[in-house]
Amino acid sequence: MPVATASRKARAADDDGAHVAGLTPEVRRELYETMVLSRVFETEAERQYKAARIGGYCHLSSGQEATTVGVVHAMQSDDLLVTGYRSHGFALARGTSPEAVMAELFGREDGCAHGRGGSMHILDVTRGYYGGWGIVAGQLPVATGLALALVRQGKPQAVVCELGDGAVNMGAWHESLNLAALWRLPIVFLVVNNEYGMGTAVARASAEPELWKRASAYRMHGERVDGDDLDAVYEATDRLLRAAREDRRPAVLEAMTYRYRGHSVADAGLAYRTKDEIAKRRQRDPIVHVAEQLRGEGVSDEELAAIDARADERIAASVEFANASVEPSVARLAAGMHAGGSAEQFARMRPGSAFGEQALTFDAGLGA
Amino acid sequence: MSATGDVTGSAALATRERRNIDSEPAEGTQVMTYREALRLALREEMSRDEHVFVMGEEVGVFDGAYKVTAGLMEEFGEDRVRDTPIAEEGFVGAGVGAAMLGERPVVEIMTINFLLVAMDQVINHAAKIGAMFGGEVRCPLVIRTPNGAGNQLTAQHSQSFDGWFAGTPGLKVVAPATPADAKGLLKAAIRDDDPVLVIENLPIYKQRGEVPLDPDFVVPIGRAQVLREGSDVTLVSHSYATVRALAVAEQLASEHGVSAEVVDLRSLRPLDVETVAASVAKTNRAVCVEEGWPSYGVTAELATRIQHACFDDLDAPVERVGMAEVPLPYAKNLELAAMPNNDRIAGAVLATLGLAPKDR
Repeated sequence: MPVATASRKARAADDDGAHVAGLTPEVRRELYETMVLSRVFETEAERQYKAARIGGYCHLSSGQEATTVGVVHAMQSDDLLVTGYRSHGFALARGTSPEAVMAELFGREDGCAHGRGGSMHILDVTRGYYGGWGIVAGQLPVATGLALALVRQGKPQAVVCELGDGAVNMGAWHESLNLAALWRLPIVFLVVNNEYGMGTAVARASAEPELWKRASAYRMHGERVDGDDLDAVYEATDRLLRAAREDRRPAVLEAMTYRYRGHSVADAGLAYRTKDEIAKRRQRDPIVHVAEQLRGEGVSDEELAAIDARADERIAASVEFANASVEPSVARLAAGMHAGGSAEQFARMRPGSAFGEQALTFDAGLGA
Repeated sequence: MSATGDVTGSAALATRERRNIDSEPAEGTQVMTYREALRLALREEMSRDEHVFVMGEEVGVFDGAYKVTAGLMEEFGEDRVRDTPIAEEGFVGAGVGAAMLGERPVVEIMTINFLLVAMDQVINHAAKIGAMFGGEVRCPLVIRTPNGAGNQLTAQHSQSFDGWFAGTPGLKVVAPATPADAKGLLKAAIRDDDPVLVIENLPIYKQRGEVPLDPDFVVPIGRAQVLREGSDVTLVSHSYATVRALAVAEQLASEHGVSAEVVDLRSLRPLDVETVAASVAKTNRAVCVEEGWPSYGVTAELATRIQHACFDDLDAPVERVGMAEVPLPYAKNLELAAMPNNDRIAGAVLATLGLAPKDR
């Protein structure tokens, strides 16, 4: 598709002037603030879950902030993002308000999915975030399709598709990588390797535990990065996204990190790993590491403390907001399920139960 | 995806558990949970036949996402209790192949939602082998998996596909509602020479009941059971819907003087139409209940079977109750509004009896 390629090159030329390699101290400070915000959000989400204000499955990303924030920072504002179900941090990094995410966890109308999706299905289409998805590897073909659409539409941006280390053993992984390479799609598959797929260590699940190497089966570029090193994550993602945008070269980026909490809030996370192991990993906490960098760049302890305090305040405000938001209306149980005009199509389907289609009110969407 | 431990449980179940603990178990039985009954069945069958082995995600080191297989890896070793990667199509298919050579794999799928990924192996491979190869080879595979909604697990994790599988020739599908049936049907499934899907249910795992300890106790596949006798109306259900139906029958008796019979299907394919029809012929009214979406579902099948078998006996159209026909929403109030519940079932019964308005 020569048209798309041409526009990609043109776009790249435009961007080059603005591109600064590496993170400036100012940017690092902003990213640090986002990392802290994400950590505080997750800690609060766990507390609210245990207080029964949040239900369902709730997967926390504490410990993985350098990966989440570094990757998202490398994305341009119109790049697209698709993730699995450990998704809160990605939304926050992308700029979605903690209020919208917390309200979603509370199942309220002001949540980013209007209370319909919950923790696993966070999204923010206005920021190109096309969803947290709940079935392992199910998001990979979908993300591949987003990249296909970008190419067909002659658009210059790229897709980041996040997945966990557990997803690489699914057929959908292989099929998606093959399609992406075969069709030269602008997509980066971000494998967040936090060492355990649920309770199974990577080496117990994957015959090739160096997951990035699997890209080579599709003649695709693959590489591994220290996912706890913000600078390294940003540098690698920026480079791979540029290749995707400019030359339609897809890639696999494996970010090595660690989750401090269990697989979900319901998992203590100790049946398959030791407290010692967790304590050891906490010693190289990415937030602590970036704080040290910032101190070296002249940021004072008071300024760092102020960042912590601001995050606490923002998250406290998000809880207040979520609490105040209304529950979705039961009358709109089927809202969004079908496109406009569908009510007429269903008008002659007699109800076979108390909830036959006739009893449901369809409206096309829930947005304001 | 995926749970760790149970996030289920209700006050009603807790009450029932206490009541069952208080009563003295019948001779030769022991009171245990549905989960423990399944585990006992696995342990007995693994001890009886070395070809029986378990595989699935988190079944070993993690003791099972819902702890059904807890302790089995320690007891039987890693060869017979195999942790798999997250690769449902692969390991369900591997179960099919192993079964073709006489192994007796019991494949655990963490929840029925993830079985969709392996659908091709289940429907287009396992279910086809017997007929397509003219009976030259068999596939004694067991897949066990919980279905159902609740606990705000949301659209991708709150489903019941019982009807899809039960509508597939070549498969057998069982869905026990009690701990005793959980043990007896799982054992029957493992001993069966065909592929059998054992549908479990998240809220039932904690339910307690008397379970026969005889290692030769099995519940025959294809036989329903009348769990409660009555004369005014028949409630037909399976799996967790049976737990609801029993509670509703009690409520109807005490609040409305209605005598409801409860037929627990236990098997969906083969379906025991005879037991259902005999009950409806006696009560002249039927309300069919399922956890899943009713359109094209288990209750749709029941309704047509009942009208055919009992056309002259029916005093009212067959009624059915199931899940609201929407992908299940997350918000608690919406989830509760969408799921079948005791009030909705009771309302359907009363309407069938002409004791409540029909248009709900």
